[in-house]
Amino acid sequence: MSMKDLFAGAVITTRVKEVVAWGRKNSLWPMPYATACCGIEFMGTVSSYFDISRFGAELVRFSPRQADLLIVLGTINYKQAPILKRIYEQMCEPKWVISAGACASSGGFYDNYSVIQGIDELIPVDVYVPGCPPRPEAILNGVMKIQEKIVAEARGKVVAA
Amino acid sequence: MILQQLQEKFPLEIIKTGEGYGNLFAFVKKERSHEFFTYLRDEPALKFEFLIDLFGVDRLKLNESPRFEVVYQLYSLTHNHRLRVHIKVPEEELVISSVVDLWKAADWSERECWEMFGIRFEGHPNLKHLLLFEGFEGHPLRKDYPINKRQKIPIPGEIV
Repeated sequence: MSMKDLFAGAVITTRVKEVVAWGRKNSLWPMPYATACCGIEFMGTVSSYFDISRFGAELVRFSPRQADLLIVLGTINYKQAPILKRIYEQMCEPKWVISAGACASSGGFYDNYSVIQGIDELIPVDVYVPGCPPRPEAILNGVMKIQEKIVAEARGKVVAA
Repeated sequence: MILQQLQEKFPLEIIKTGEGYGNLFAFVKKERSHEFFTYLRDEPALKFEFLIDLFGVDRLKLNESPRFEVVYQLYSLTHNHRLRVHIKVPEEELVISSVVDLWKAADWSERECWEMFGIRFEGHPNLKHLLLFEGFEGHPLRKDYPINKRQKIPIPGEIV
């Protein structure tokens, strides 16, 4: 059977970048960095009712070396800051970061001596998810924003955080 | 009964005694505090073998002098009685003798008290940071610690 027969009537044309982006966006491997109640919401997001696997991101990894999406859920204090930074550094490129919830994004109501006022002081953030804690739908929306960003980057568009 | 016994034993050290919030309390001078606590623990009629809590107080906003205070909550498992001991610590001489050798429970409490208020515990075997990270500047539970003050973020390698 020749190649012509194999793809007869089913040929699509595209670009390598687009195919790669399509693959990436539908197979995100998230690593949760959960320190507070947002982590519980993430458990709901992964479980059957909200089911993050509909977005191809169900393969939750607990090793940063196997993950490409870091989801920070919860309060990050000064003592944890170097740990979070080291975990981010261990992730392979390409990598994305979701800051889920008020605490990770801005310190939340912990405006005090011990809490980092937003993880963007430490590591670059792609998507901020509001909420205290955010509902699972909001976290899923954050994942979808990451997917949009992956496609847009493949098309050469600069996407603001 | 307990307070009377203490007053007879340490007439010069005890500043005042009384009862408040359902507990007996005693304000004691810090100079012979270690001797005082040894007596509390070992005297058969007292037997305060359990240190429930130890913490610092900053009375800056109340304009009180001396500014700092260390409070000890004691309990006797033998006699089922309690005592609260207050010891004033002046800002100029922020040091008090450690009671780790009497009650092991004092270890972490004294470390916390030291990092939060800057009160040094003389004789503590390991007086280093407990809750805060190494390199933290200032003492955050002091009333004059600025509420917006932020620390330098520690870099990986210092802790990890």
